[in-house]
Amino acid sequence: MTPMEHRSPHLLMQTGLSATWRRMRAIILRHWYVIRSSWPRAAELMYWPMVQMLTWGFLQKHLADTSGLGAVAAGLFIGGVLLWDILLRCQLGFSVAFLEEIWSRNLGHLMMSPLRPWELIAALIVVSLLKLAVAMTPVALLAYVMFGFNILSLGFAFAGFFAILVGTSWSMALVSTGAVLRWGLGAESIAWLVGFLVLPLSCVYYPVTTLPGWLQPVAWALPPTHVFEGLRAVVLNGELRSDLLLSGLVLDLVYLAAGMVVFNMLLKRAREAGTLVQMGE
Amino acid sequence: MSTVGLPFPPFKTGTGRARVVEEGCSVMQDTARVATTSAPVQVRNLVKVYGAITAVAGLDFTLEPGTVTALLGGNGAGKTTTIAMMMGLVVPTSGEVSVFGADMARHRHRVLHRMNFESPYVDIPMRLTVRQNLNVFGKLYGVSGLEARVAELASELRLGTLLDRPYGELSAGQKTRVSLAKALLNSPELLLLDEPTASLDPDTADWVRARLASYCRDRGATILLASHNMVEVERLALRVIMLDKGHIVADESPSELTGRFGRSNLEEVFLDIARRTENAGGELARDTQA
Repeated sequence: MTPMEHRSPHLLMQTGLSATWRRMRAIILRHWYVIRSSWPRAAELMYWPMVQMLTWGFLQKHLADTSGLGAVAAGLFIGGVLLWDILLRCQLGFSVAFLEEIWSRNLGHLMMSPLRPWELIAALIVVSLLKLAVAMTPVALLAYVMFGFNILSLGFAFAGFFAILVGTSWSMALVSTGAVLRWGLGAESIAWLVGFLVLPLSCVYYPVTTLPGWLQPVAWALPPTHVFEGLRAVVLNGELRSDLLLSGLVLDLVYLAAGMVVFNMLLKRAREAGTLVQMGE
Repeated sequence: MSTVGLPFPPFKTGTGRARVVEEGCSVMQDTARVATTSAPVQVRNLVKVYGAITAVAGLDFTLEPGTVTALLGGNGAGKTTTIAMMMGLVVPTSGEVSVFGADMARHRHRVLHRMNFESPYVDIPMRLTVRQNLNVFGKLYGVSGLEARVAELASELRLGTLLDRPYGELSAGQKTRVSLAKALLNSPELLLLDEPTASLDPDTADWVRARLASYCRDRGATILLASHNMVEVERLALRVIMLDKGHIVADESPSELTGRFGRSNLEEVFLDIARRTENAGGELARDTQA
C-alpha cells in the first residue's frame, strides 16, 4: 500500500477531482466567511471602483455638455474605467486573499495541509471572481442609473474584454504573490502597485498612437491595450475588432503561462531559502 | 551522526529500551533506533545550509510508531529547520526526510493528510469563528463526518462555548486549545508540535500535556515535540534528541541523559550542554563547518 492509498477511517479520499474540489471549496469558504462577516469589508471592495466611476462619469458628462463630444457621451470614459477596474479589482482580489493568509500567519497551516499549490491558486482565482462580483455589480448598476451606460450593451465584445482582463489580472497576481512567497512581506508593495504600473501603458483613456513611437510596441505587448483599443473601436465606430480580441487572448495565454512558471519557480526558491516558515507580520 | 570533537560525554545510539512512564506515551516498548520500513519518520544525513550558515549539519534519526520524542536545543540549534524539513516546507541541501515512506522534499502531498502540526508561531485566521476555522481545516484534510468530529473535539477540548466566537477574541489558553483541535482534527498518525505550551499558564499547560499524552496512547500516534520546557519533556517524552548548532549531541531517554551527565533533571543537562558549548570557545562551530 502506498502512502497515498493508505486511508484512515476518519478521512475521505485524498485524490481525484472531488478531493481537489473539496480542498478548493475550503479556501473559497474561508474567504467567503470573511466577506460575509464584515460589511465594512464588502463596502471597501466597492468603494474605490465607485469613486473612480463617479469621477470619470461626471468628467465625461461635463465634456459632453461643454464640447459636444458625442463619443465621450457614448461612454468612452465610463467604459474605460469599468473595464480597468475589472482588471485591477480582480488582481487585488487574488493578491489580497493570498496576503491575508500571510497577515493572519496562516500560510504555514495551508502549506502543511494536503492543499496543493495549484489548488490554492485555482481557489484564489474563484475568490477573485467572487470579490469582483461583489465590487463591480453595484458599480455597473450605478453607471447605468446615473450615466445611462450599460456595460452589457457592449455585447459579445464585453465577454472577450472580460476574459482578457481577468486573465491578465491573474498573471500579474501570480507574479506578485510569488514575489511575496520568495521575499516575504517586503515584496507586498508589488501586489498593490503592479496594476498601476501597467495603467499608463495600457492606454485606458487614450489611443496607443498618443504614446511616443518607441513606447507603442511595449503597449501593444500588454493584453489590456488590445481591450481598450477594442473598446474605442466599439464606442467610436460601432465596430467589433475580432483581431484585437484574438491578439489579446493569445497574449493573455502567454502571460498566464509565464505567471505560472514564475510562481512555481519562486515557490521552489522559497522552499530552498526557508522563507515559508518565516512568513507573517 | 558526527559527534567527534563535541565537549560532551559520549552517547550510544540504538541501545535504548524505553521506560514506560505513566503519562508519557509508548505503544512500542523497544525504541531501538535502527531504520525500519515501518518507522513513520526516517531522517538520513540531513543537511541544510543557508548561505554561509549551516543550520542542520547531517542529522540521522528514526522515529518509531507510537512514541513521543523531544527535539531539544537552544535558539539556533536547528530545531525549527529540522521540523520544517520534516513537513516539506524547506528543502534540504542534502540528505532526506522520509515520512511514511514518502520523500518530503518531492512527494510530501502523498502523506500530508496523515500528519498535522501545532505551533504558537503559526496562527489560524483571526476573523473566523472557531467553528468556521475547524470547518475549513476539516475540508482541507478531508475529515469524514466533519460536524460530528468538530463536536467530539469541542467536547474533549472544552471548546463548546467558544465554537461561535471569533478566534481572534480568545485568550492565549483558549487559542492553544483551538490550535490543538485543529491539529487533532484529522486524527494524525504523526503530530509535530513546536512549543505546544509556550505562553500558557501552568494549569492550562498541564492540561494540554495530559491531552497530548492521552491522544498518543489512544491513537498510537507518533509525536515529535520541540520544546524549551524541560518539565514538559520529562513528562511526555520517552526519548530526547538534543541539537546544538545543527548536530545531534544527545539521543537517548531522559533518564539515560541525566545519568550520563550526572544531573538530576533535564533542565540541568540542557544548561550543562549550553555552557560547555560556550566554553568550548567555538570549537563546535568550527567542527560543524568542517
